[in-house]
Order: sequence, then C-alpha cells, then structure tokens
Amino acid sequence: MSTQNHNIQSKMFTKILIANRGEIACRIIKTAKKMGISTVAVYSDADQNALHVKMADEAVYIGSSPSRESYLKTDRVIQAAIQTGAQAIHPGYGFLSENSEFCRLCDENNITFIGPPIGAIEAMGSKSAAKNIMEAANVPLVPGYHGDDQSETTIKAAADKMGYPVLLKATAGGGGKGMRQIWSADEFSEGFDAVKREALSSFGDDTMLVEKYLTQPRHVEIQVFCDNHGNTVYLFERDCSVQRRHQKVVEEAPAFSMSETLRAQMGEAAIKSAQAIGYQGAGTVEFLLDVDGSFYFMEMNTRLQVEHPVTEFITKQDLVEWQLRVAANEILPKEQHELSIHGHAFEARIYAEDANNDFLPDTGTLSFIRTPVENEFVRIDTGVCEGDEVSVFYDPMIAKLIVWGENREKALKRLTKALSEYHVGGVKTNVEFLTKLVTSTPFIEENIDTSFIEKHHDDIFSDTPLSNAKRDTELVKSALYILLEQQNRFTNKYKNNADPTSPWNTYNAWQFNDKSLHSLSLEYAGETYDVNVEELTSTQGTQYVVTLNDTKYDCIANLKNGLLTTINNHKSSTMISIQDHVVSIYTPTGTLSVNHIQPDLGDHDSNDAHGGLIAPMNGTMVKILVETGEAVTKDQPLVIMEAMKMEHTIRAPDNGTVDTIYYNEGDMVDGGAELLAFTASEGES
Amino acid sequence: MAKIVSKINTRSPEFIENSEHMLAQVNDLKEKVADIKLGGSERSRNKHLARGKLLPRDRVKALLDSGSPFLELSQLAAYKVYDDNIPSAGIITGIGRVAGQECIIVANDATVKGGTYYPLTVKKHLRAQTIAQENNLPCIYLVDSGGANLPNQDDVFPDKEHFGRIFFNQANMSAQAIPQIAVVMGSCTAGGAYVPAMADESIIVKEQGTIFLAGPPLVKAATGEVVSAEDLGGADVHCRTSGVADHYAQNDNHALDIARHAIENLNRVKSVSIDVQPIQKPDYSTDEIYGIVPKDSKQPFDVREIIARVVDGSEFDEFKALYGTTLVCGFARIYGYPVGIVANNGILFGESAQKGAHFIQLCAQRKIPLVFLQNITGFMVGQQYEAGGIAKHGAKMVTAVATAQVPKFTVLIGGSFGAGNYGMCGRAYDPRFLFMWPNARISVMGGEQAAGVLAQVKRDQKESRGESWSTEEESTFKQPIIDDYEHQGHPYYASARLWDDGVIDPAQTRDTLGLAISASLNKPIEDTKFGIFRM
Repeated sequence: MSTQNHNIQSKMFTKILIANRGEIACRIIKTAKKMGISTVAVYSDADQNALHVKMADEAVYIGSSPSRESYLKTDRVIQAAIQTGAQAIHPGYGFLSENSEFCRLCDENNITFIGPPIGAIEAMGSKSAAKNIMEAANVPLVPGYHGDDQSETTIKAAADKMGYPVLLKATAGGGGKGMRQIWSADEFSEGFDAVKREALSSFGDDTMLVEKYLTQPRHVEIQVFCDNHGNTVYLFERDCSVQRRHQKVVEEAPAFSMSETLRAQMGEAAIKSAQAIGYQGAGTVEFLLDVDGSFYFMEMNTRLQVEHPVTEFITKQDLVEWQLRVAANEILPKEQHELSIHGHAFEARIYAEDANNDFLPDTGTLSFIRTPVENEFVRIDTGVCEGDEVSVFYDPMIAKLIVWGENREKALKRLTKALSEYHVGGVKTNVEFLTKLVTSTPFIEENIDTSFIEKHHDDIFSDTPLSNAKRDTELVKSALYILLEQQNRFTNKYKNNADPTSPWNTYNAWQFNDKSLHSLSLEYAGETYDVNVEELTSTQGTQYVVTLNDTKYDCIANLKNGLLTTINNHKSSTMISIQDHVVSIYTPTGTLSVNHIQPDLGDHDSNDAHGGLIAPMNGTMVKILVETGEAVTKDQPLVIMEAMKMEHTIRAPDNGTVDTIYYNEGDMVDGGAELLAFTASEGES
Repeated sequence: MAKIVSKINTRSPEFIENSEHMLAQVNDLKEKVADIKLGGSERSRNKHLARGKLLPRDRVKALLDSGSPFLELSQLAAYKVYDDNIPSAGIITGIGRVAGQECIIVANDATVKGGTYYPLTVKKHLRAQTIAQENNLPCIYLVDSGGANLPNQDDVFPDKEHFGRIFFNQANMSAQAIPQIAVVMGSCTAGGAYVPAMADESIIVKEQGTIFLAGPPLVKAATGEVVSAEDLGGADVHCRTSGVADHYAQNDNHALDIARHAIENLNRVKSVSIDVQPIQKPDYSTDEIYGIVPKDSKQPFDVREIIARVVDGSEFDEFKALYGTTLVCGFARIYGYPVGIVANNGILFGESAQKGAHFIQLCAQRKIPLVFLQNITGFMVGQQYEAGGIAKHGAKMVTAVATAQVPKFTVLIGGSFGAGNYGMCGRAYDPRFLFMWPNARISVMGGEQAAGVLAQVKRDQKESRGESWSTEEESTFKQPIIDDYEHQGHPYYASARLWDDGVIDPAQTRDTLGLAISASLNKPIEDTKFGIFRM
C-alpha cells in the first residue's frame, strides 16, 4: 500500500446533489451538513413533502411519481445539478448508482460522480464479465457457466454437469430479481422461461448464467475503499446471510466465527478484486462462505450498500464522508493498520410488508410511528415521518434500525429491545417477524446460512397466542379506545359550531330510563367478540363498565399518550391507534390488530355476484395466460402481475369462464382494480 | 351568579327513606321500560330477524351517529290501554343525532301487530311530527307497517287528528323546508304508501320494502289480478319503473346508511342566537333528588333543592325572592343555555301568580327559554282570595304562559292539579316537551278532594231527604273515587295516553332538559305578543 501523499490538494465540494430519495438521501444530507456542504434534493410528485426534500437546502422537481419518470431520468437529474450549481452528484444506492451512462453524462457536464469510475461500473455491471475478470485475477469463483452460448440445451448441460441444485441468474440482474434456484433437471425448463421473462422485462437483457448452488452458504461481504491515488483498504466484513427472497433483512458486522486468518484472506481477496478493475470509492465484494471456510466471489457492488451503517458502527468511520473525500480527490482518511473492529453491530430493515403472506409489500399511510430513542448505541436511518405514504412507486422500506453492543450478545439484546419499541401503524410491517427472527434460538446460536428463514420457518413464524385473560384485556382497551377516540372526534368537530355546549355533542349513548350503553363487535384473530360499554357519569367523572364474555371490567380511561386505563384497579398506558376501523395495539412483542366490525351494507352491485378478480396491489401486468372466453379450471394461472420486484400469479378462484380481460401486458395496474371478469360455472365449486 | 347552598343532610333517616321510596318507583319504571323495549313477542321478533330485517330499535341505533343520545318519546304509550299488549304503541319515536343534526325519528315496530296503527299509534306519530314542526327538526320515517289497524278504524281514520293528518303534516313541513325522509323497510300499504310518496326523498330495501295502495289480497278481490307483493310494489318496481322511491338499498343497514347521507346533504346549519356559556356540572349529585322528594306526597319540600341538582354550578339568580314566595322564579343555566325557571313551592296565591306573569314576560322579552317545575295543588280558594281577585291574577299568569313564544319545557315533579296545571304550562299550553317524574300525579283535583266534594253533595242529598249517612258508609263511598283518581292520575296512566312525552328518572332531569333545549334551538326564538292582561 502506498503511503499518504500530503501534497495532494483537496477540492472539497461546496454543494452536492443527491440523486436519490428516502432514508439514503437523508443519511447523505446529514453527513454533508456535518461537513458544511450544501445539499440539493430531487423529488417526484409522490415525494413533494418527503423528509429528504425538507432536509435539503434546495430541492428540484424532476418528474412524476414512477421512478422511470423521475429518479431514473438522467437528463433531468443532470439538469437539476447544473441549474443549482452542484459540483457533484451522490447517487445513493439503486436508481442511477450503477448506471455507467449516467456516470458518463456527469463527466461530460463537469460534475463529479460520487462513486467509482465508469470502467469499474461497466466491468461489474455484467455478472459473467465480472467473473471472467476475477478469474483472471485469481479470485476464487463458484463453479458455473458464464458462456455466450445462451441456448437452453447448453446451459442445462452445464447445470447437469455441476449437479443440482443450481442457481439460474440473469447476467444483468441484481437485488433478487431475475434469479431462481433449480432443484432438479425436471424443473429446469419452467425456471429458465421465468428467469428469462423477468430478466427481459426488468433489464431488457435476457442473458443468463448458471452456478452451483451451495446448500449452506453464508453471505459475507467485504467493504472496500479505494482513493484516486492507489490506496486501498478493507473495512472488514458484514454477514448478510439472513435473506428472504434473496433480499437482505438482518445484517451484522463483524461476521460471527471469523478467524483473523480468514478475515485477512477475504479482505485481501476483496482488495484484489477492486484493484483488478481499477476501483475508486466505496465498494462491496460479496462472497459466499461455505461451511468448510472456502469462499467464492459472487459479485461486486460498485456503490454504497444499504447495510453500510453496521460497518460504520464497528469501525467508527463515516463512509459517506469517506466517499465525499475520495470523490474530492483526497487520500483515504485511514490506512489499513489504523482500522480495527469495535464491538458488534446489527441492522434490521423495517419494511411495509406482510411477512405472513410471502412478504407481500404493503402500501398505505404511516398513520402512527413511534421509534426507540436514538443514542450512541441505537441509530435509525429513515426517510419517512408519521403521516407519510408508503407508495407503490418505490421500495417499501420504512427504516433501518442499527444497534451497537460490546459483543454480539449485548448487541442482540439491544436490537431486541429496540425492535420492541418500534411501532408502526397504518401498514403491515415486518417488525414482529424481525423480533421473532432475532430472538429465535438458531439466530442467537449463530446457526445461520442464507436459507435461514426457510429452514427455521416454523420457529420464526410460530404464533404464541395470547392468553385469554390478556386477549380480553386488549379487547377491553380496544373498545374503550374506539369510544373515546370517536367521542373526541365528535367533540372536536362540534366544539366550534353554533351550539358548542349541547349535550348532543357528548356521544355518550344516553337514553331514557336506561343505561348509557355502547355496543361494539370486535374481531380479533378471526373470532368475533361482542363488547358492551356502559358509561357511568358522576360528579367524580366518567367510569366505564365493560362487559365481554359475561365478565365485567370496571374501567377508567383517558386519551393521553395513546390510552391511559385503569382496568379493575390496574393502571396502564397503551400505545394504540386506529385507522379505517382497525385498532392497532403496539406491544413489545408486536402489533395486535382488532377490527371494529362495521354494519354490512350488502353487495352494492347485484350483477357482481360471481365477482371479478382484483389486483392484490399496485403493479404491472406482466403476462396474460388466458384468452377472453376461455374456460378455465380452478387454480389455473390466469395472469401474472409484478409488483415490488416480485411476480404474483393470479389464479382462477373456481371452474369457470374468463369473460373480459381489462388490461394488456405491460399496463400499470392499481391495487384493488378489477383485472378480469370471471364467471364461475354453475353447479360444482 | 348566586349559588344555592343545599340544606339537605344525605345521611338523615328521612333522606334515606325518601331515597329508597323514589328508587323503588324508578326501578319499577325501568323494569317496565326494559320490558316494553323488547317490542313484540319473542316469536314475532324471531320471525322478523329471520327475514333478514333489523329490529326497530337496532334500526334506530344504526341510523343515529354512533353513540348519539336518543331522546325517546312516550315509551309507555298504550301501556295497559288496549286488550292487546301494544308496547310503545307499536312505534318508536324520538330525537337523535344523524350526521350531526338533531332529527325526529319515527320507526314502526312490525313485531307489534305488524306495525299497524292503533289510535294511540296515530297520536304518538302525530306528536312526533308536532315536535318536529315546533322545533324545526328533519323527520326520518322508518316505515314497516300494515297501515291502519282495521278493527279500530273508527278511532284511527276519520277525524282531524287521525291517520290522514300524518300526510297533511308531511306536506306542510316539507313546505316549511323541514326535510322529510322515508325509509321503506317493510310494508307500506294503503294510506301508509303516502309516507314514502309524500317524502322529500325515499329509500327502499330490496326484497323487504313494498309500497302499494292495495296489497295483493285486495287487488285480487277487486280485479282478480294475481300478483306477488314484490312485483306489485317492491324496490325494483319503485326505483326502476314507478319512481315512487329514489334510492335502492341492499339491506336495512344500507338503507340507513343512505338515509344518513340524505341528512348530510341537507345543507342545514343550526344557528343558536342566545348567550351560551361553558357548562358547569351541578355542585350536588343529580340522584340526590331521590332523597329530597318526600315519601308522603302531602309533605312540602323546598324546590330550590331540586333546582340545585338540575342547573349549571347549582347557580340560581332568584327574582322577587321575598314576594309571592310560593312560586320560585329565577335565572339559571342548563348545559350552558340560559333558562328562566318557574317552580312551585306551595299553593298559588294572587301575589305568586302576578310574580309568575311578570317573570314570564321578562323571559319572553329576553328570549330566554322557560322551564316549569310543576308541583301544584292549585290556586288558593276561599272568600278572601276570590275577593282579592285570585281568578284575574291566575288569568294573568295563564295568559303569559299561553302566549309566550319562547321554548317552554315542563316537568311534573309532584302534583299537577286543577288550574295550577294551566298556569304552570300543562299539556294544553304547548310546552315543547312535557315530562313526568314517577312520583307525580295529575288530575283536575286531588282524589281526596274529589271524593270529599262528591261525598259532601251526597251527604247534602241524604240529609235533605232526612236520611242518615254514617262515616263508615261515607268512607266506603269515597274509597273507589280515591282509588280511581289515584289510578287515573298515575304517570303510567297519563303517559300511556300521551298526556306527556315520557315518564323520566328524576336523576335524568338535567340531561333531558339539556337535550330538549338544544333540540328546540333548531328553531329561532320568535317575538312574543301577549294578550290582554286583566289588571
């Protein structure tokens, strides 16, 4: 490694543009502010009031909500930089971060691209080309076929030769897209078609490669950094083995059970990889680590990774600051011998998704957000606030929760505690799933590989039902909250009208010669409960007698920081919210959902008895598998939709006929839209 | 304002005894009401539910804003009046909030004789409409009725205040821009067909609601045509073909939801142009009223103790406190609204009547609603008082009460006898609402007095014929008269016949008045023009 050269002149920027959104844009702005650099944000229609726009010194509108109309519009981003006089562009991750064309445009306009040189992006942009380069540089590779002959026969022959399971990948793919495991020769053909289709629609390139699929590999990646003066360091490893659908959910640094020798070997291999392509800036070299300690190069990500904060925690470095310094032509802030590992860090990615339904992304308004307190051990990287929308247009990640501890055990305890304090309402989230995951025995005992979630599915998804007593208490609280919240809403609504003191404004269910009685039907975990709440008003105030399952509860309740209750002389404070008649109770072990059942208003379209098929979420119509008028059998795939990087097959609910198809392949579809008209055949079902 | 300082000791034996006595009457009332609120027989209720219909009280609940108070009227209507048990006269009426507005709701109970109209059903329906008209409240009719009760047609159909008046009222209220909304949730036969037809907007439930002038049996009898009820007058006919109904509902809940939207779209704004102050709870618990009213109705009590448990902050600025002391008059607030209170504290003398007339004039001039707390055995009698002009003094008070245009509210908290009933705004004097406590009694005079008068007449006749009449014979003669008066003067008897708007738990007096006053303010208070006061 070359020594520092003190003659090098820094030309640190005074203003940069961040060509990204969400948490990463916010995170970059923070470092820029710390360094006294002005920031320019860009935004789409959906992001007009987004946090990154508020945090930046300036913001430029670059187009409508779909990212291809805004955040992927290279010319508009460049134009925004020119217009605001930004000297450099930080691309964050995703979007334009690994787009060599954009890099070139920056160059042409004399704007510094905060990232690697064009050549490095191009070299790593194609997975097969990258492997050839690495092979030449003696970086170990997983056995596989990366050839130009793309015929199914050739690729299948290669797969047959290395033995199943194998992994089929789109050469241009990434982020879990265009990738599929094939477990036997019989499955090959179907998988081959699916990956090709996905690759073509996502990347416009259906070149594929096939690799040996390791059954118990860990995903361990090395953070490297290179400056423009030949200095290269590695900032140790991150273990990102815990993945669902090939997307990381929990990452940690350092990796567990790493010997110093292995760490040095992998670090050196990563540096070799970076040097092989003349790398500059921040990069990550991903390896598969086999149980026997052998490791194979997977790919190199030529950008700042989502999970970079765990590295920042254990190295006490600010990687964005490093990126800015390197881009400003400075030498690396530290040499290898100055870097060491301090303690242990975890990152948990909090997503709007339904872990119990195949991690289907969810969208909606974040009606409620309460987070653990940030301090020297707990860090939250987020780009949203309460009231913001998780839209269909972008990644459904809500936040990254990063914690540090003196060792893995202590860090894990902090992570568990912090997750118990992370509450989000309005959308389904994976917080409960993450909690179960990180508290599961195999996770604690470091029994982890990339198929962790599938392998320990039963552990992680086991549902410990509430005790009846606990359940009833939560139902009582829900009922009280629904009433108080409703009364509060009415009171606020009428307190400024012409009749502010009217007893009609109290909504206490008053009636003659009878109790003030509210009746509610609540649904919890598929069961319906009838709850009666009697209001008793005295000079002391209002008391409630709640009747549920023939048991009476004496209660006092107030809306204060959620709900303050005294139930049978037991005082407690509950974090709670309501949206669309669903009450969310936030507990340390997860969120309970209690549905306030509304009157059945009947089926509004009597002709709709058989129903159409409804899009489960916003997305794109990828493939239509049937024709108008076609007779189909129950569960037959009808259409394939793609949303949030995943394909979803819509199947026939019954034997019947497809009457009309309302969309064409490639059309954007709104969640809840009727996709096709379907008539079930008479008789059997 | 001046506070009323209560002199009641809630630990005294009298208080406890009184409390127990009143509580027993209140509990009896609540038991009766609970039974009445079940509606028709279990069998007919089950049949109703099996058709996929909601019970009428559940309909009302679903129509109202969630948690809205419901100021139900005349729960005891038709109680023990007919040979058949007709709970609530087969019709539920009351005031509740719908989409933030106080509305009159009239809901037939089809589980009671198919919702047919007995004479008192008609009377109750008309009373609800009168309240709507007097207080400018939108009307929502939840119709599920077979029309006039045929065996009783002579007391239902022909007269001025009979069935036809319902539609007369609908037309005239509509003319006064008081919205008329009908929801057809069952039969709407013959005259009943005019409820939706005369409504501003009407909603009908598919496969449940039917509207026709003559039902299938009558059609067959008249013309031989055989047709099903649904084809004759169902939702499809009336929403698609005839245009008799405007909105097509899938089920009861849907229909009520549409009715709520109809109210939302009225573009009505309640404007209250009286001085409203923040609410203060009374300093004393309202259920202490139980212990204040003596067990023996002949015993007097200070009505200020009642006022202290009804008005805001127990504050009461008394008018002419030292003059005509048997009538207590003064200013107070209930739920922030200014009120003038006129309350009996003994028999009415000439002075008290003049004071009352003066005070009513003040309130009418200032547009302050009047609350009458009636506990009156009558005006003072005797030569001295007749000579003192008690009749003309009483007439002044009656004139003032009769012509005052401010909203008036009357609560019978004890006796209501003779001309005292007139001066204290009895039913005939058009109070917006009139309620009775369960201990109250109403009749032309007390049972004892009536029996005494009749016994005296009898004794005179006997004596003129030279016959003797023992005191035993006299008391045997008097007892049935006393019993009759007691029976007919009882609040249940009165309420069953719609002489009031309901018998209420005294502890609910404050809430009841607050709700009633607020509802009355939907109509702007008019100027008063008094008649001639005989001086």
